[in-house]
Parts: sequence; structure tokens; C-alpha cells
Amino acid sequence: MNLYQEEILDHYKHPRNKIKLEDSTYSARAINALCGDNLSLDILIENGIISKVGFSGDGCAISQAAMSMLTEEISGKPQEILFTLEERDVLEMIGVPIGPARLKCALLCLNVIDQIRKRLI
Amino acid sequence: MKSIKDQFPIFKRQINGKPLVFLDSAASAQKPQRVIDAMNDVMENHYANINRGVYTLSEEATEMVENSREKVAKFIGAEKNEIVFTRNATESINLVAYSWARHNLKKDDVIVLSEMEHHANIVPWQILRDEIGIELAWITVDDQGYLEWEKFKKKILNHPKGTYPLTRKAQVQGDNCDGDDRIKLICLTQVSNVLGTINPIKEISEWAHSVGAKILIDGAQAVTNFSVNVKELDCDWYVFSAHKLYGPTAIGVLYGKKDLLDSMPPFLSGGDMILEVTKEKTTFQEAPQKFEAGTPAIVEIVGFGAALDFINEIGFDFIREHNLELLKYTFENLSLIKSLKIFGPTNIQDRGGVVAFTMNGIHPHDIATILNEEGIAVRSGHHCAQPICDRFGVSAMVRVSFGIYNDISEVDKLFDGLLKVVETFK
Repeated sequence: MNLYQEEILDHYKHPRNKIKLEDSTYSARAINALCGDNLSLDILIENGIISKVGFSGDGCAISQAAMSMLTEEISGKPQEILFTLEERDVLEMIGVPIGPARLKCALLCLNVIDQIRKRLI
Repeated sequence: MKSIKDQFPIFKRQINGKPLVFLDSAASAQKPQRVIDAMNDVMENHYANINRGVYTLSEEATEMVENSREKVAKFIGAEKNEIVFTRNATESINLVAYSWARHNLKKDDVIVLSEMEHHANIVPWQILRDEIGIELAWITVDDQGYLEWEKFKKKILNHPKGTYPLTRKAQVQGDNCDGDDRIKLICLTQVSNVLGTINPIKEISEWAHSVGAKILIDGAQAVTNFSVNVKELDCDWYVFSAHKLYGPTAIGVLYGKKDLLDSMPPFLSGGDMILEVTKEKTTFQEAPQKFEAGTPAIVEIVGFGAALDFINEIGFDFIREHNLELLKYTFENLSLIKSLKIFGPTNIQDRGGVVAFTMNGIHPHDIATILNEEGIAVRSGHHCAQPICDRFGVSAMVRVSFGIYNDISEVDKLFDGLLKVVETFK
């Protein structure tokens, strides 16, 4: 199946939550040294709930669309979701098979979440 | 007689249900049947370790390896004993860095590099810089992708005395210095692996020697495009690899002027490179054996010889003409795509067979992934040359490169693939 399904392209061209949060409680950044793709994530946690999410970044359609999708996924959820997210959740969310060559692109969003986790502990 | 393409078994493969269009030969070229056969032949009929055995198989294998060395020497206009087999062009550069430079350069000496070098011709010198305190000076690249060589020379020669950083020693010594006395080595690629630019090596080599510097040329992308003669270039070292020349992996070449190779201490040491070993001391073989410690890649060296036979039979008149035709057609086609920007010289005569480009708002990895769905293999990323990507303000590019098996119809497929990319992201 083609990697560039409508949903991925839609998130790439019209990213959700691509905003800078002024009142974020946690921020993190991740880069893929291999291709220069980068993602920054701001989240606001209030009473244990992820009440706002914003991201910025440059890179390929896969890395940017995955981050956009993930912001929708975690927004409004209890902060525990940040600790339970796994690779397979992200891949399931993307919904198209990702070959080994592009896996790093797809999982860059999880690297940012990893950074956030470290700050939360 | 089989067509050139039919001599490469890989093209029986289909990728994603489509015939393979291989446009990444500048990274590594595909192998013709005769190279594969030559390697099998050594293993099936002649294999033994070389140099030491007095029995038939060892003599045969030794002769086959030395035949290949002879072919490599002829290929670049050198003498047989000036050819050292290494693992790849990268190792050849490291050999010069560790053997010659580390023993002959000292603090404040200068090595000149260009912005269009492959990481293989940058990193060893940076490590040496950090180790012994040499300095690196850079020849910049202009917007068209040409080396700013005149600018670099002027910067050094026409500076007011004592103002250019390279004149620190000149400041101490007074006015008799031209300001270039600290330059001890110039390391330069003959053809850029990203921009395709062919650099004026002969001229720079002359200049290097006029200021008492040595010059090392990275020929990895040059030897695949045109005939090279190291004596005409008058370079001190010349490096390239077999795998871009339709030969096997794990074979690199270091050419060095004989007297220079003789003066250099060993790089790796062990068996095969010695004359005599006692518990107290060791005396070494002469070059090239001095630099070939341990059992070499016997099978691959023989395969390399077969690859050179293959290239010689086709001839560089044909190869160059073929590449220029593909370059011209690619330029004509790609320039029809408005969002696409090609890097490097627009005069194709000044180029080797590579074309690197970006497309507005579409990441090179996405372009390469979509092309792969059409069976088209192109490179995407920084091509092990981040400084030149930085120079042009991009983190990645797509690169198309040609081999002897490519043809015009494949450029058409590339064009159609790129239209699909545009369509996908519109």
C-alpha cells in the first residue's frame, strides 16, 4: 500500500496543533540526525490532564504527519498516556505499513514524547 | 553480443512490480556478470593465500592479484609499485592522514579542504587537527557550484602582510613570506559527489607544489566519468574505490608517488608487510606491500581486474558521451518541473554524471520513497557531504546518478515519477 494515503497527506499539508504554547508546562525537541528532520513539542498539563498540545518542526511528510496525528491522540487525555505510548501505537495510528528505511521518520514523534517523559519523572 | 544492460544480472529484478531503474551508481554501481564470474573462478579454481606459498594455487592466486594491480596502475597512468590496495577510498585517505600527515605535519601547519568534500575527506583531517593542532582552511564554493579557487588564492597571496590568518608565522618571520608558507597539504575532490562539479586539479596541483605543499585527490567520482592520468595531474596521492567502477566492495586504491610511499611509515602492521621480524625489531617491505598488512581481499581484487577490463573495452569516450547525453536529457526534463531546483553547474560539460535537486515543500525522503514505488532507486539525504548542503541552505537533497546501464527511457520514467510526486503533494 502507498505510504502517502490521504490522511497522512492531509496531516502534512494541514497539521493539527501546529502552534507555540505560551503557557506550556513541558517542552522537548528531537531531531533525526540522519536527515535533519526535527520536532518540538509543548504540552500543558493541568490536574494530570494534557489540556493543550502544540508542536513545530520541519521534515518529511511522515515525520510531520505522525506528530500532528499524535497531538490529536494525546490531547485531553490523562498524562499517563505519555508513559504507555509505544512504537506499535504510533504505527497503528499512522495506519500504513512503514518500511525499515522510513521507520525513524515515523517514530521521531515518539522520541519527543520520550524527552517529555524524562522531564515528568 | 549482449547489450551492456543485459550483462548486469540485477536488472532481471523487479522492484514493486516494476523493472528496476537504478539511478544511484555514484553511491555504488551494479556488477556485470563477468565480475561475478571472475570472482567465482578464483574461488572455484585458483584460490589460496598469496605471496607466501610455493605451491601452484598460491602462485596462481598471487599472479592474479598482481595482474589486477598492473591493470589498476595502467588505468590511472601509474607504476605498479605505486598502487596500494586498501578497503575503500575512505581507508586510503585515512592511510595518508595517519602515516604521512601525522608524522610530517606539526602544530600550526595548514591543510586546505574544499566545501564540496565528502565526509571521508573532512573527518580524518579534523581528527588530526584535534590531535596535533594543525589548522584547516576551506576553499569556498560559489552559487553555481564552482570552486572559488581564484578567490582563495587571492585571499592568501594578496592580503596585506600579516592580516590573513594563514600568516601567523609570516608575522613572526617578517616580510619575506608570501603568506602561504604554512600550507602543507591540499585535499580536494576531483568531481563533487553532490554538485557534479569537475575541479581544475592540474592547476591547483601546480600551485600546491609551487608553495611546497602536497596534494591529495579524491577521485572516487572522477574515475567513473573520464580517463584519469595521475602523472598528468601531478598529484601526490590519488584515491578511489572499485565498487563505484562496477567492481566488488571492500577494495580501495591508494596511488602515491613512489618516493613518497617509500618515505611513509606503515599504517597497519602485521603479516605480509615485513621483511624480517625478530623479538627485538622488524624491517618492512617496500611499498606497496609495506601498506598491505594481513591477507588482502584476494577474490575482490581479482574481480576488480575484471571490472577494469569491462570498462576498458567500453572505453571512456563512450562512457563520457553516454553520461553527457543523459545529463542533457535530465536537465531538459527536470527544468520543466517548476518547483524543482537543480544544484551545481548548468553547463553539463563541467559535470560528472550526477544531478542533485530539491523540490519546494517536499522532503527528499518523500520523493525517494514515491520514486521507489515506481521501481526507481535514487539517493536522498546529505550524501555524506553536509558542509556543501549547508552551503546551499538545505538539509537534504535528492541525487540521481548514472551508470553505463542507464538510458534515456529511464530518465522518462524518472520524470513521470516526479510528476507523481508533484501530484501526490499538490
